[in-house]
Amino acid sequence: MSVVSLRGWLLAEVPESKAQARCQRLFIGWLAFKGNPVAVIGLLIIASLVMIAVLAPWITTSDALEPDLMGRLQPPGSEHWLGTDELGRDILDRIIWGSRITLYIVGLVSIIVVPIGLLIGVVAGYMGGWVDTVLMRLTDIFLAFPRLILAMALVAALGPGLENAVLAIALTTWSPFARIARAEALTIRNSDFILAARMQGVSTAGILARHVAPLCMSSVIVRLTLDMAGIILTAAGLGFLGLGAQPPTPEWGAMISLGRQYLIDQWWVPTMPGIAILVVSLGFNLLGDGLRDVFDPKSGG
Amino acid sequence: MAAADSGLAAAGSTLALPPKLVRISGFIASLILTFIGLTAITFTIGRVMPADPVLAIVGDRASQEVYDQVFLQLGLDQPIYVQYFKYLGQLLQGDLGTSIMTAQPVADDILRFFPATLELATVATLLGIFVGIPMGVLAAVNQGRWPDHVVRIISLIGYSAPIFWLGMIAILIFYFKLDWVAGPGRLDVFYDSIVDPVSGILILDAALAGEWEIFHNAIAHLILPASILGTFALAYIARMTRSFMLDQLSQEYILTARVKGIPEWQVIWRHAFRNVLVQLITIIGLTYASLLEGSVLTETIFSWPGIGLYITNSLFNNDMNAVLGGTIVVGVCFVGINLLSDLLYKLVDPRVR
Amino acid sequence: MSSIRRVVANVVDSPLLSVEDLHVTYHTPTGPVLAVKGVSFELGREKLGIVGESGSGKSQTGRAILGLTAPGGEVRARRLEFQDTDLLRADKRTMRRIRGGGISMIMQDPKYSLNPVMTVGKQIEEAFLVHSNDSKPEARRRTLEMLRAVQIREPERVYRAYPHEVSGGMGQRIMIAMMMIPEPSIIIADEPTSALDVTVQLQVLAVLDDMISERGMGLIFISHDLNLIASFCDRILIMYGGQVMEECRADELAQAKHPYTRGLLNCLPRLDGGQDGSQDELAVLRRDPAWLETHEKMS
Repeated sequence: MSVVSLRGWLLAEVPESKAQARCQRLFIGWLAFKGNPVAVIGLLIIASLVMIAVLAPWITTSDALEPDLMGRLQPPGSEHWLGTDELGRDILDRIIWGSRITLYIVGLVSIIVVPIGLLIGVVAGYMGGWVDTVLMRLTDIFLAFPRLILAMALVAALGPGLENAVLAIALTTWSPFARIARAEALTIRNSDFILAARMQGVSTAGILARHVAPLCMSSVIVRLTLDMAGIILTAAGLGFLGLGAQPPTPEWGAMISLGRQYLIDQWWVPTMPGIAILVVSLGFNLLGDGLRDVFDPKSGG
Repeated sequence: MAAADSGLAAAGSTLALPPKLVRISGFIASLILTFIGLTAITFTIGRVMPADPVLAIVGDRASQEVYDQVFLQLGLDQPIYVQYFKYLGQLLQGDLGTSIMTAQPVADDILRFFPATLELATVATLLGIFVGIPMGVLAAVNQGRWPDHVVRIISLIGYSAPIFWLGMIAILIFYFKLDWVAGPGRLDVFYDSIVDPVSGILILDAALAGEWEIFHNAIAHLILPASILGTFALAYIARMTRSFMLDQLSQEYILTARVKGIPEWQVIWRHAFRNVLVQLITIIGLTYASLLEGSVLTETIFSWPGIGLYITNSLFNNDMNAVLGGTIVVGVCFVGINLLSDLLYKLVDPRVR
Repeated sequence: MSSIRRVVANVVDSPLLSVEDLHVTYHTPTGPVLAVKGVSFELGREKLGIVGESGSGKSQTGRAILGLTAPGGEVRARRLEFQDTDLLRADKRTMRRIRGGGISMIMQDPKYSLNPVMTVGKQIEEAFLVHSNDSKPEARRRTLEMLRAVQIREPERVYRAYPHEVSGGMGQRIMIAMMMIPEPSIIIADEPTSALDVTVQLQVLAVLDDMISERGMGLIFISHDLNLIASFCDRILIMYGGQVMEECRADELAQAKHPYTRGLLNCLPRLDGGQDGSQDELAVLRRDPAWLETHEKMS
């Protein structure tokens, strides 16, 4: 057998295995994605976020929780690159540790909304009839709500805290995913391969889980990435209002709130965390745009 | 909404009702159903979720008597659905409960604060429309060239930045450093309560009363928060306008228009843009609705006495009635605006008529 | 153009349009795409048909003449002249005057080629007003007149209608009205009947034919339907792969020499199965890659 290069294998006309076909699809998608420099920047930003969060214990100089009242409100300089806050903690360190919280929020919200949205959407789209109507009414109700305010009300009832904030955000963001999953399920529902599976005696649950749901995944993931920026901003907003992670946890929104009173003379204290939020949000928006262009180029955005 | 529409349409056609009637009743049915949903959720949040809803109202330092009183008042001894219906009944009569903070009916408080938010959201939306739409068109017409890139970057930053942070920076630069605008609040304290609150919208009231000094002061206070809130509106509207325009400019009828020898600006505005207008109505509706909510954070930063600030302050004071009352009002407006723009779209698009 | 000038022009008989060595190239990320490779022909007051399959470059030729090639496309030619005006070097204003007023184009599907949110009347009026200084009432009068001329029986109603409210055949006649009202000298019809039912096709073609003969116009009829072109046009240009394979008179089509043309003719089903019974099986066109190389056309 001749030695085939990796690239040749990936671009072969006829894939010889399911694994190869899947790798090929990913590769071609990657090529399309790569051609969009803005999307690549988004990917780099998010990748950096993840790396920074993972490497936090090694790249920070402190745990950013210990106050140092002698060194409070220092301007950015050689010792503290982004300055120190009102309790003397290094702002850069706090931002780095805060990235873990941001990722935690992103991850937790995703784990909650994607399964719920997929489940509701796929069941509604596949079953149709009154099941569809009821589920979609439910979805519409949540979809029609002002996200931040509802989240605020929820947190007011449950009490402040990071997990409660995440729950509140999740409850107000799952609706679009259900809609998307339903739309996809509707298209797929009458396909031949679904009929074939049914004739083979696969249960409805099996069909939904193994055939329908995986096909809806890509649209849901794209939408998730696009919405992620909004989720981060909402979380930051809740943190700013004191409804998210509680001090001394270095959540970026809360940092801005605490630093607000020093805006005039020690502007770096509330400004720096905001830049971090801006960059991460930007990263998700760029990445989401890029993914959408790859999966659905006619959206012209 | 689509499911209800099609169901109703089917029912309507069997009854041979005129389609317009069916559509309007579908709209009303949607409104009612969503209102019920909204109230169900706020009811759940208010009564069901807190471990002890009475404590949520009286606080944990109340005496046993007060506790028992409120317990009965809330009707907590009755089954949940009865409680819900009582709640719904109260709401429909305009009773949103009493605020713990001000001891006034929540409905009155909200009525006092609402116009300020309305003013802010309206001016911000107008900004978004008059700046955002031309930006979007410019970007679409120059796709791939520098105006497109500039518009996309501005737009991207506009909706990636946390709005409260943006507001903060704006205050720092334009108020503290440059002194171009007035400070927090709607008016300098000096001018407070001089103008009769006819509409509650200060700039209107001041203009109506001919008090031009106050008018200018109000504008000086309004311009920065409206710009910040407007930046978000602008970003979204510009992006959607660009997307819609790109879509239209690739259609056949645009080629037809060019073949006729029409000047390019007419092709863009009289042909492509006219087709985009219809879709923009929905977008503008969505934007306005989301600004009502976005004002929460903006009002907090600018100390703007609107509904957002009201809800936030009530939150800090554990005034559940006020928070939920505010949520319902904003929620209803939000839903109402969305449904309205939906209806408007159907009325304006000649293809649907 | 006034009728006297038209008569004189008929007598003088110089070509309306001269195309020499036209090239349309698209610069794509994967390399240049040669949509039109060296097309040449002349058009007088006659009906010229351009036949070809999808991708043969026939539509691109039409667009290039009007200067409406899609962005990313480059047009080169040794000569591209309309009645003494050099279309390659004309400025934007001149081109705008020529579009509609000198050369016009009818497109395939009125569902897509008419503006959905403007009434039919307004769209036709617009075509008229762009090329004249007349008043609005005059424009309306002319529009109604035009609608009648294309055999539309209730011009007032159609005037007020929106494009989605009229049938396909009527939509195409509206297109014709719209493109004829500024009185161009040449009309390019790009697959004008391909989206219509057969019976409606004949109606629309009849209307087109009448107007063209009445006004002494030149017609470029682009289609993939060889039979249709052969029966409707005076001369035929056969295109393949961006080049002209053969040019002949419509009544001499059966004597065509180029293998591609002969191949196309052989593929057409005939009711009599070929007079010598030679058509037992419907032939399939076999393409010779040699045709794609640049060569001189047969005429």
